[in-house]
Amino acid sequence: MTYVKNRLRRTMMFVPGNNPSMIKDAGIYGADSIMLDLEDAVSLTEKDAARMLVYNAIKTVDFGGAEIVVRINGQDTPFYDEDVKAMVRAGVDVIRLPKTESAAMIQKLVKDMEVAEEEYGVEKGSIGVMAAIESAKGVLNAPEIATATPLMMGLAVSGEDYTADMHTRRYPDGRELEFARNMVLQAARAADVYAFDTVFSNMNDPEGFYRETNYIYELGYDGKSLVNPRQIEMVNKVFNPTKDEIENAIAVQSAIREAKAKGSGVISMNGKMVDKPVVEKANRVIETAKASSLIDEEGNYIGK
Amino acid sequence: MENKVKRNLPDNLMSEMGLKPFETVDIGNPEVNRVAPKVRVTTGADKVVNSLEEVIKRTVQDGMTISFHHHFRNGDFAFNKVMDLIIKLGYKNLTLAPSSLTGIMNDKVIEAIKKGVITDITSSGMRGSLGDFISHGGLKKPVIFRSHGNRARSIEEGEIKIDVAFLGVPNADPAGNANGQEGDAIFGSLGYALIDAQYANKVVLLTDNIVDYPNTPASIKQTQVDYVVKVDQIGDADKIGSGATRFTKDPKELKIAQMVNQVIVNSPYYKEGFSFQTGSGGAALAVTRYLRQSMINDGITASFALGGITKPTTDLLDEGLVKKVMDVQDFDKGAAASMAKNKDQQEIDASWYADPHNKGAVVNNLDIAILSALQIDTDFNVNVMTGSDGVIRGAIGGHQDAASAKMTIITAPLVRGRNATVVPAVETVVTPGDSIDVLVTERGIAINPKRPDLLAAFSKVTNLNIIDIKELQKMAEQQVGSPKALEYTDNTVALIQYRDGSIIDTIKQVKE
Repeated sequence: MTYVKNRLRRTMMFVPGNNPSMIKDAGIYGADSIMLDLEDAVSLTEKDAARMLVYNAIKTVDFGGAEIVVRINGQDTPFYDEDVKAMVRAGVDVIRLPKTESAAMIQKLVKDMEVAEEEYGVEKGSIGVMAAIESAKGVLNAPEIATATPLMMGLAVSGEDYTADMHTRRYPDGRELEFARNMVLQAARAADVYAFDTVFSNMNDPEGFYRETNYIYELGYDGKSLVNPRQIEMVNKVFNPTKDEIENAIAVQSAIREAKAKGSGVISMNGKMVDKPVVEKANRVIETAKASSLIDEEGNYIGK
Repeated sequence: MENKVKRNLPDNLMSEMGLKPFETVDIGNPEVNRVAPKVRVTTGADKVVNSLEEVIKRTVQDGMTISFHHHFRNGDFAFNKVMDLIIKLGYKNLTLAPSSLTGIMNDKVIEAIKKGVITDITSSGMRGSLGDFISHGGLKKPVIFRSHGNRARSIEEGEIKIDVAFLGVPNADPAGNANGQEGDAIFGSLGYALIDAQYANKVVLLTDNIVDYPNTPASIKQTQVDYVVKVDQIGDADKIGSGATRFTKDPKELKIAQMVNQVIVNSPYYKEGFSFQTGSGGAALAVTRYLRQSMINDGITASFALGGITKPTTDLLDEGLVKKVMDVQDFDKGAAASMAKNKDQQEIDASWYADPHNKGAVVNNLDIAILSALQIDTDFNVNVMTGSDGVIRGAIGGHQDAASAKMTIITAPLVRGRNATVVPAVETVVTPGDSIDVLVTERGIAINPKRPDLLAAFSKVTNLNIIDIKELQKMAEQQVGSPKALEYTDNTVALIQYRDGSIIDTIKQVKE
């Protein structure tokens, strides 16, 4: 496993690091990323056992091509050092630092990872990092956190801790998270890293889940953190491009091919110039469509 | 001798009992004879008896074959009431031939075996303490396991000759007209018991609810019944089946169910008027839910649903998505209660359901069957009888029978706990691989190479992860390793019959 900066990351599924049966099956649901959790899901007495379990799982379990992220314990805990070492040694794709509040914390993590990489003969820079933003301070420092290292994969808003820090709680309309969501997203976009929305844990409220997912999709988030595999399909439904979007993207790509064949530097479609953002959007649409089996290998639309 | 699924059968036992090894799933067109019961003629005036002991004394003799049905499942009071008296009265050498044995009967059967009351058993299956007892050599003669269709065949052809059938019913009139649909402990279809009522020499009904004559609908008819015994309570409604079957929330079961639905809707059989049978497990029920949505989206209705029936299936009937329910057994209160209200929920007996020696049974008209497995091997042979410790803990049920469907789908997780489900060779062959077409696991879908047509059809569908069954087996082995072979003694504790009565496998006594 090696960290890939750019890939599809609509769904990041949380899996408790102390639950072997859930870890074993985590790869079957088609999550883009799987986040094995050593932090909040694991009680103090089980920290060491969970670390060993996750280490061995990364080495042996078939996660079906998903990106593997591990949420380690925070830098203010006695578990942090061992977590970093074990995950580097296991060759995880991405290490997620909880309660990130400054660029310095990320830089410390990267330094500790480098030491471990050296110790275990793991290729330097082969593991990405991501930051969980869970406090007012973290939100305000999101821009410096996002640019703290070239290894930064993305930022994730963590709604529960953040709302507690803000002396509020989560409400169905999500207005209490508005500033944090926008701030983190701005910071991520400005730094060209990914942005992930917080979890929605009430499995009995699919309507609320769709409302929130639609909202963060419209804001421009890349993906959402999930607590249950059943949410994967729901997120994909929101993030899936429409038939029109796919057909338009296919047309953009064939215009590019045509321009290349002609040796022309200018790409045009229906008489209009196709510029870089349009090309990038088209590529994103096609990538998502392929991942969701909405187009076949020849690029024909096959969705229903 | 070795049979066609490479199982070594004990020669002495085979010849002693006059048994044939399993050859083929193709039943062919043999000509068979059916038997008829002995009838004691009566006008029917003397049928109601208050003393069960009196009836037993009048009907049962040493060495006879007695039968029961298992429609009350774990809410059954009939079996233990009768067996208590039979044990008390000191009968010997009886053959027990129920449609199946449920957990509530276990201790009584073990007691009767230990006291020499029961010396032979044939059943669809057994679980728990009884399975354990038999697997450890508790009964001298091997148990014969038969599918529901095969039991009907064996009774019709006289291989099982029932002397006395003790049939619990939630209602009966004084002449013996009875059904499973009204009373305190209803179970809906009387499908398995109808064969006993038709073929047993003596038929004894037990009920806590004697109603006015004539009682209709008469699933069991007065023409078949010798005695009607009034008992205080015939069953515990709450233990027959849960009220409303709840859908699983297990994400893995849901994932498998979704994949099964994809297999169904992309198969050549999914078209207007198709038919299907699902089981009662979590994944099977979830399939019904996904299939319902697909049928609504695609504007397709099914001509019938078959089998053990659950409320989700009778809901499809109410919605008009399924035209008829062919019902041999009901798994929950909802399905049981629905039978009385819906004329399109047709009660069928076990012969009509699945007897292979028939002029056509409903399973022969079935398009799609969704079945489960404890184990399935790389030849697609399925075990639904013995656990990973080699101990009996299952039932054939209608498994072999429903596998007659045009497309039989097995659903199973790749591994259960630390045991592989997809294995190089199953511990016990119950349903031969030749009748299995598709295996759906959470890691991928395997198609029997004997079905190149299905392979071609499914390969075109990009989101179906088609994979060789040998690959699935390797994946399972990679997850859990390969276990040490189980150790057995030479003692045969059970014989597994195929639908036609041939022997497909045996179960040996486990080593202590």
